Parts: sequence; C-alpha cells; structure tokens
Amino acid sequence: MTNIKILGIGCANCKTTQKLVEDVLAAKGIQAQVDKVEDIPSIMKYGVMSTPGVVIDGKVVHSGGVPSRAQVESWLEA
Amino acid sequence: MNTQVGTSTSTAPAATAAWRPWIAPVLYVLGWFALYSQLEPATDALMRRLSAAIGMAPSSHLYSAVSFFAFEVPKVLMLLALIVFVVGVIQTFFTPEKTRAILAGKRQGVGNALAATLGIVTPFCSCSAVPLFIGFLTAGVPLGVTFSFLVSAPMVNEVALALLFGMFGWKIAAIYLSLGLMVAIAAGLVIGRMNPVNLVEPWVFDIPAVAGTEAVLTWQARFAQGWKHVREIVLKVAPYVVAGVGVGAWIHGYVPEDFMAHLMGKSAWWSVPLAVVIGVPMYSNAAGIIPVVQALLGKGAALGTTLAFMMAVTALSFPEFMILKKVMKPKLIALFSGVVAVGIVFVGYVFNAVM
Repeated sequence: MTNIKILGIGCANCKTTQKLVEDVLAAKGIQAQVDKVEDIPSIMKYGVMSTPGVVIDGKVVHSGGVPSRAQVESWLEA
Repeated sequence: MNTQVGTSTSTAPAATAAWRPWIAPVLYVLGWFALYSQLEPATDALMRRLSAAIGMAPSSHLYSAVSFFAFEVPKVLMLLALIVFVVGVIQTFFTPEKTRAILAGKRQGVGNALAATLGIVTPFCSCSAVPLFIGFLTAGVPLGVTFSFLVSAPMVNEVALALLFGMFGWKIAAIYLSLGLMVAIAAGLVIGRMNPVNLVEPWVFDIPAVAGTEAVLTWQARFAQGWKHVREIVLKVAPYVVAGVGVGAWIHGYVPEDFMAHLMGKSAWWSVPLAVVIGVPMYSNAAGIIPVVQALLGKGAALGTTLAFMMAVTALSFPEFMILKKVMKPKLIALFSGVVAVGIVFVGYVFNAVM
C-alpha cells in the first residue's frame, strides 16, 4: 500500500495539504496510509526546509506551500 | 504554427515550442502597461460623470476623497499584481534549498549581504522559520549569516515593496529596501561576531544535513508558480489595500495635515524608540500594517519613525519568538530581538535626521 507522509509543524497550510491529499485519494478510490510528521528532526531528515512537504513511499515529491490539486493527482497516478 | 495547433495537450510535451509558455506572460505584461496608462484618464472621466450625476462639486472634500479612492485602489492592486507575478517567477529560482546551497560556507560580511538580499526573493513564511534555521546551520551556513536571512526575509519582501511603491512612491520603497537590508546585514554581523553557538539548542547540531532534491522546472511550471503567487497574494492583500487607501482617502479629504506631527513628528525624540517598542511584539505581515502606515504618514508622523514602526512589526513578533524557542535559548531570542530593535531605532533616527 502506498505510504504518504505530510511534513509540517501544524500550520494551516499543512492541514490544507493533508485534506487535499485525502480528498484526492478518496476521489480516486486509492487506498493509502496517510501520516502526519510533525516533529522537526524527522522533517529535517527528509531534507525539507519549507513546510508543508509531501513524501510518497519515502520520496520527497513536494515542499514549500500547498500543492495544486493537479500536482497531487499526478503523484498518485504513477 | 500549424503543427502546434493540431497538437493536443495529451501528446508529448517535447513537441511544444520553447516560446509557447511565454505567450501568456508577455501578453499579460503588455496588457498591464496598456491598462495602467489608461487608468488615470478612465477614473477621471468616471468621476466627472459621477459628480455630474449626483451633483457633487469637484471642489468638495467628498469629491477629493472619492476620486482619490477610485484611482488609488486599482492602481495599487495593479502594481501588486505585476510585481508579485514577476517575483513569483523569480522565486522559483531561489528555493530555500538553493539559497542554502549558495550561503553554505560563506564568510561573515559577504555572506551577510548575500543572505539579506536572498531574503527578498526566497519564499518564506514564519511557520517555516525553525526548519529553515536548522537546515541552514547544519549545512554550514554561519550563525550570523543565518540571522541576516531571518531578519530580511519577513521584513523586506515583494509585497512590502510593491505596496510602499504603489502608495507612497518609488523613493519610499527604495529607502525601505535599503534600510531594511542594512538592518538585516548589521544585525547578522553583530550576532556573528558574538557567535553565540552555545545558545542554540544543542540537538539542532545532531541533525544530519540532508541535501534536498532539486527538481528542474520548465518555464511553464515557473510561470504557473507566478500565477499562483498572484492569486494567493492579491486576494489576501486586497482588503488591506482597500482599508489603507480608504484611510488615505479620508485623510486626503478631511483631516488636517499636521494632526499627528507633535506626537510622532521629528521633534519628539522618543517617538522612534517608542514606535519600535510597540511594534516588536505585534504580529502582522507587511500588508496588514499598510493601513496604519498610511494613517501615520497622512497625519504628519515622521517618515523615519513610521518606517521604523513597520520594520519592527514585520521583522519581529511575539508568535515568532514562541516558534524560535524550539531551537534557541531565551537568551539568544533576547539578543536577536535586541540587536534588530536597536538597528531599527538607529535607521529611524538617521532617516529622520537626513530627510
């Protein structure tokens, strides 16, 4: 199963991003595990400095700002 | 040309000509200038019709206030929409990861100037201050250089500059830019001299430096970022512009010029430190503070005092101290805010003295 991590220290943009990812998953009927990563050392381990970041199966696909819906859809197609 | 028209978007993007992503931005900029040059005659004509229709004398206070408002709001929003687009595109070249790579290992001095300048174009939000701080330090960016960036990024940015430019003219925007950079560079130099590494929470240095993966963006993606930036910023900032210009329009029509001069004018020596002390704990972005700046300036407050107030509000805030507490000991936060506040007071005084 796909594992998705939302990196963020609890800011509004991070919550928006998580909601967007969950919406897209639901719309596409994809089963995935969505985790929040909120502690800074863990976030830094991914090399992400500007939150929110999105990690899919261990790979950073996005950082710095809320992604667009089209972006999220493109990550989940592959 | 004919090969392009027939190509649907689902086919290989490699077939797209290199100039195609440029069409919309170029049209946007050309259209912008065409519209902007017509703005003043158009609002003039509109106001004349309006005053004729409702019998408002062009010499009245109301006419003066309404026509100021009708011209200034679209003018400032248009300037914002252009500048924010251009900077939104520029920002795609200066991600925090790229900026960090540029600054890593730079010495004091050159590094501080570079960090303060990059702070203008690197996208930054105070909620990212902590990961950024750690990311910079672990990658070998000196502490003082990191501070120059942390001071400059929220204080001197495209929104602040576009709004100052639109409302008060390019001179004030240029002065704010240079004074803001000076404060950021000087504060970083002073802190770097002290090098209070022991006041950074020690666990910060245990985090391994991980290089971020840098995606190579097409021009199309860069312009898309520019549009997104315009949508986000202009919508967020528009109410403040309306409020700011509204205050300005009211003053323009009604309030006597020197109303506030005795309180925050040049002659009151304590006005600069007071403005900074009030401004430091306050939390607002550059847009939110603009209506206040407009009111202060319009009522005769000295320019140096007002800009010092704006810098203090945007550069430092109580919520940001709370965020930074995760990585800095209270002493370091006190040192940081103290040095920056003194720097701002200093430029406020110098500016009041020179102008």
